Amino acid sequence: MAPLLEVRNLTVAFDTPDGTVHAVNDVSYSLEEGETLGIVGESGSGKSVHALSMVGLIATPPGRIVRGKVLFNGRDLLALSQRELFEVRGKEIGFVFQDPMTSLNPVLTIERQIAEPLRRHFGMSASQARTRVVELLELVGIPDAARRARQYPHEFSGGMRQRVMIAIGISCNPKLLIADEATTALDVTVQAQILDLVRDLKKKIGTTVIWITHDMGVVAGLADTVQVMYGGRIMERGPVRAVFHDPRNAYTWGLLKSLPHGGRRGVTRLYQIPGNPPDLTKEPIGDPFAPRNPFATERCRIETPPLAEVEGSVAGHKAAAWYDLRAELAATQVQP
Amino acid sequence: MSESTMKPLVSVQNLCKTYGGEKRLFGGSTPALKAVNNVSFDIAPGETLGLVGESGSGKSTTGRVLLQLEAPTSGDILYKGENITGLSKPMLKPYRRDMQVIFQDPYASLNPRMTVGEFVGEPLEVHKLGGSRREREDRVASLFTKVGLDPSFMKRYPHEFSGGQRQRVNIARAIALNPAFIVADEPITALDVSIQAQIVNLFQDLQDELGLTYLFIAHDLSMIRYLCHRVAVMLRGRIVEIGPCDAIFENPQHAYTKALLSAIPVPDPDIERNRRPLVFDVGANLPREEAVLRPVGDRHFVLEA
Repeated sequence: MAPLLEVRNLTVAFDTPDGTVHAVNDVSYSLEEGETLGIVGESGSGKSVHALSMVGLIATPPGRIVRGKVLFNGRDLLALSQRELFEVRGKEIGFVFQDPMTSLNPVLTIERQIAEPLRRHFGMSASQARTRVVELLELVGIPDAARRARQYPHEFSGGMRQRVMIAIGISCNPKLLIADEATTALDVTVQAQILDLVRDLKKKIGTTVIWITHDMGVVAGLADTVQVMYGGRIMERGPVRAVFHDPRNAYTWGLLKSLPHGGRRGVTRLYQIPGNPPDLTKEPIGDPFAPRNPFATERCRIETPPLAEVEGSVAGHKAAAWYDLRAELAATQVQP
Repeated sequence: MSESTMKPLVSVQNLCKTYGGEKRLFGGSTPALKAVNNVSFDIAPGETLGLVGESGSGKSTTGRVLLQLEAPTSGDILYKGENITGLSKPMLKPYRRDMQVIFQDPYASLNPRMTVGEFVGEPLEVHKLGGSRREREDRVASLFTKVGLDPSFMKRYPHEFSGGQRQRVNIARAIALNPAFIVADEPITALDVSIQAQIVNLFQDLQDELGLTYLFIAHDLSMIRYLCHRVAVMLRGRIVEIGPCDAIFENPQHAYTKALLSAIPVPDPDIERNRRPLVFDVGANLPREEAVLRPVGDRHFVLEA
């Protein structure tokens, strides 16, 4: 079966007064129907920009899609007009963004905002839409849904607003739901509820999900496949257990190792990744993590490593590395 | 509250901060919100006390009121045993030198039109320390080295730095006057994951080297566990549990603490997939006004139900 989403050589740049920012560099991957992909990376890794550019949500200019294809159900999204993309966004691909306060319109009722895509994409009448809105609010666990639907965003707590955002995201039964740092602004207890809700929705309606976050813990619990991005490139990708337990890229390894893992000061010292995030205005040559990587070789600085299947792991586990991380770790006696 | 062997460096006693509640022009009053409600704790010299809780729990307000960036509604703030609550600005100035603060957003805290060298040296100028211009520059250079920045960066402006470097600049300024006590309000939250460990290690190194005392406010509980000696958990303006780090994390007593700990995502798929967060309904379990903290272990206190 053909994958639901296939991204091929996606390259995105921004022309700024400080020079060209190479935000996404030659990103290729595919996503099967029903799969949950966790994309991990920090600011500037290209994780959000690549998702936004897939559906024409970056401003052009300054943004510019240099090359690439994004095949969604066999159709190249990058070749569509804005008008055609209107039909895809919200209907076939749903979005949930980070900040529920700025994403909701403060002067419209919750009902109006959830009903908007339903009326636009399905031509529902006001009363049909109202019934569906109440259904959706109940589905995302908002009590007293009929009454709450008539309220305004300021009458909802942060967690409740994020539930509303998810309700909007799934309102048209999209084939793909893209969530960008959807729980980052929330308290951990509320985050736990939202993650439970997403797992539940996957079971009930089988949505395919791309969950973008910087939190390794969230990905560990939610994703089937994890994709680690840095400097606009995919550094490592694979089934979540394989990547977490047997990382083969030095950035993935460093990220996992720098977390406290229940350790205490005095007993252990946090491993710190040296250096600073990459300057994206520089021409992307070589492995973007090389300047911070203690295992980098000369080749890493001049030639970009391909994302290739790793040896001795499960199928689908790929890493971009010229060095052999396992051998390096064994040689330096550092425990992974 | 705690019976530390050392005299506390900082104490707050029955601290309250209420917003609103003012009389309206035509009768009635605006609704009052008790952001900080009857909070008491001690911090021993060289100790790190972690303050955790969700947004709106009053943890940042506690830090701000402790430093008297805002006046408390009632309660006392003691520094080295002296009550410094409500002192006038000139009277407070020597204490301000000793008590510094680091905020969450490393860029918003910086002055975009000052070089970072001037920014770090400014407190020395304000407090008329550091001698001549030359001596002051030397001092700033040594502060840069101490926080892991190249002194050649002194002439640059904030926008030329990454988030982690900016936070290093803020830390350099905070330690410029050789303070004894620093309130760090979510100092790593806005930083990239690959930078957080660098800054946490820097906090730890500076404490070991300079004997600093920290009030470390954060919502990342795994970092709190790593860095802090003791932890206080806040809920709706009250401390519901306080105690040594190990006691709080391994033997939590309050239902809210348990729920909070159970909600932390663990970066291990085998554990994370089987984790079942506990549910805690805040609205149904608000701390009673007259509830008090009761001892349940060595320096470990819990707010009674």
